[in-house]
Amino acid sequence: MSEFVVLGDEAVALGAIHGGVSSCYGYPGTPSTEVMEYLLEYSKGKGAPFARWSSNEKTALEEGLGTSFAGKRAIVTMKHVGLNVAADAFMNGALLDIKGGLVIVVADDPGMHSSQNEQDSRFFADFAKVMCLEPVNQQQAYDMTREAFDLSEKFNIPVVVRLVTRLSHSRASIVTSTPRAENPLDKALNKRDWILLPANARRRWDSLLTRQKEMLEYTEFTASNPLKINKENTSRGVITTGLGYNYFMENASELADNPSHLHIGAYPIPEDKIRALADCVDEIVILEEGYPFVERLLRGLLPISTSIKGKMDDEVPMQGELTPDNIRPVLGLAPRTVSVSSMELPGRPPQLCMGCPHDDTFRVIKEVQAELDESTVTSDIGCYALAALPPLEVPETIICMGASITAAKGASEAGLNNVMAVIGDSTFLHSGLTGLVDCVSCDTDITIIIVDNETTAMTGGQDTILPSSRLENVVRGFGVEEAHLLTIPAHRKFHEENKEKLRKELSHKGVSVIIAVRECVETARKVKKKESAS
Amino acid sequence: MKYDIILSGVGGQGVLSLASVIASAAVEAGFKVRQSEVHGMSQRGGAVMAHMRISDGEIYSDLIAQGTADMILSMEPLESLRYLPWLAPDGILITSAGPLVNIPDYPELEEVHKTINALPSAKLVNDRELAKEAGSSRVGNMVIVGAASSHLPFSMDQLKKAVARLFFRKGEKIVEVNYKALDLGNKVS
Ligand code: SF4
Repeated sequence: MSEFVVLGDEAVALGAIHGGVSSCYGYPGTPSTEVMEYLLEYSKGKGAPFARWSSNEKTALEEGLGTSFAGKRAIVTMKHVGLNVAADAFMNGALLDIKGGLVIVVADDPGMHSSQNEQDSRFFADFAKVMCLEPVNQQQAYDMTREAFDLSEKFNIPVVVRLVTRLSHSRASIVTSTPRAENPLDKALNKRDWILLPANARRRWDSLLTRQKEMLEYTEFTASNPLKINKENTSRGVITTGLGYNYFMENASELADNPSHLHIGAYPIPEDKIRALADCVDEIVILEEGYPFVERLLRGLLPISTSIKGKMDDEVPMQGELTPDNIRPVLGLAPRTVSVSSMELPGRPPQLCMGCPHDDTFRVIKEVQAELDESTVTSDIGCYALAALPPLEVPETIICMGASITAAKGASEAGLNNVMAVIGDSTFLHSGLTGLVDCVSCDTDITIIIVDNETTAMTGGQDTILPSSRLENVVRGFGVEEAHLLTIPAHRKFHEENKEKLRKELSHKGVSVIIAVRECVETARKVKKKESAS
Repeated sequence: MKYDIILSGVGGQGVLSLASVIASAAVEAGFKVRQSEVHGMSQRGGAVMAHMRISDGEIYSDLIAQGTADMILSMEPLESLRYLPWLAPDGILITSAGPLVNIPDYPELEEVHKTINALPSAKLVNDRELAKEAGSSRVGNMVIVGAASSHLPFSMDQLKKAVARLFFRKGEKIVEVNYKALDLGNKVS
């Protein structure tokens, strides 16, 4: 046993390593990134476990399925919206006869610290009918990751470990337990359980439905779903899920009535335990980090005798994160007195770094736009999304990975002119390629600007999946005309030339791709620091 | 015993390395620590805040409840004021006096300083000057830790041990400069 001070993400990584993981795949995305970073760093030199970034979350999950097929354990990491990208592999992977343990770590971002929505991954696990474990602290993140591998092999399903930002990015110490060896190579031999043709899929679906009961039996008894009944207090009980537990416990000493308490950390939802709690109390307060996932089930449609207080009746805020403060009213605790600044404070939103190559590219776009009667700029997910804020304020849409190109295509085909799509190199390789193929096949009037900073900057500078120098050939290979495929230096020195080139490509009625290249200044600084240290 | 600190500043100012020195010293002193950090978007020159919780008992919440922080420790004066709702009535605010102006509507510095000085318990630290005096403009955050040291639930010695542990790879000279920054900060009253 040893003690480590780690981030929640790192605790998951350690749990995987000690749980005998053989392969690790993922795509960077805040707040999940540090799981893979830890695994990559750990495997460096040792060569094991095998850890690599993938092009996107779908390819990562499919790679993990392959590991499981070979009988070994795999971990796949992503942020919540990444699971949307991987959804096809996820929903169908649930039907397979999972062999080597497959754990999918999904980090949700309630409060949208670094995301475009706050979707709750427990719905996805429920949708696929697989188990989901939700740790509330670093120790549980470690323990539950290990448990998730065992459950995956016990029930032959992928298992989801759901994290949220506040756990992913919080540090505390954990105690580790004896590591387990990797599984031997042991390929799944029954093809019928891995070929999802309709006849097989029906059989697999039937099997998955049958296993639901066994999973439920497990979650009714697991220590991850502790129920503490206080017979003295029949007026109210509390259900917590996720970090709701921490905030409840933080305030619990102030509750004179010591309510009965059920915490849910393992899904499927332990129904009997909820009934057991409801039998003892008249009212249930429910505190969930995320959507009212359990609450919705509790309320149902038809009248019930237990009164329920939670998000759906606005007793707890529906949006954003829970905090130790915003759950006080529903618990009947007075708000604490707080002081506020006597002067008005301006906000300080994030912004592009000084000297950022994107800044130069967006200035070129902005100035050329000013000369045109009509133009449209769509953009994508990455640092360059910050160009939507003052002072640049150039992009008009930012939706999801890759949508800059495809939304621009639709807008152009609807009749808008001078349509530009701005996408980063890593995002382009994640989900932009297929959009470019669509454009080429329709000879869409579009100018795609790939802002190539040679890294995945927003998440801390991971290497792009392919060296940037190959981007041009990738684009060429799809059939973009040579005359309309150009690489420009994203630098102030070439400002006027770059403007001229953009003007020219906008006047071309077809697909143009401009690759604006310059390394992210943050990455460049880090590389320099590393070089001078060695 | 519990000691809760809100750490604040602007992305890129080294708020996280400041946090790691305090956390490391607290662990050295035998306390439990939870530290909630900020990664991702806001690190790009935006307002950042971290919660540091030190206790000799169980700590449940990663977030400090409003009105209960023992200290606000900030690398930037305007940012220190942003988190006042977290400060306990008897808490102290310690901040760098030096502004980081990367927004067009940054208020008059004098007014910011006046607002801070009007608080029941506050300290403005000229960390930039003191850092230079210590030998490197980059150790401002260590001056700030030094200025907080007399209030923290562990000794200067334990802080120095943490610094030595975190910076030993960078060489003796860097460790010395950081020590000096801590001492100079410590003298600010
Ligand atoms: S991290 Fe790199 S890409 Fe992101 S804003 Fe800074 S310089 Fe630009």
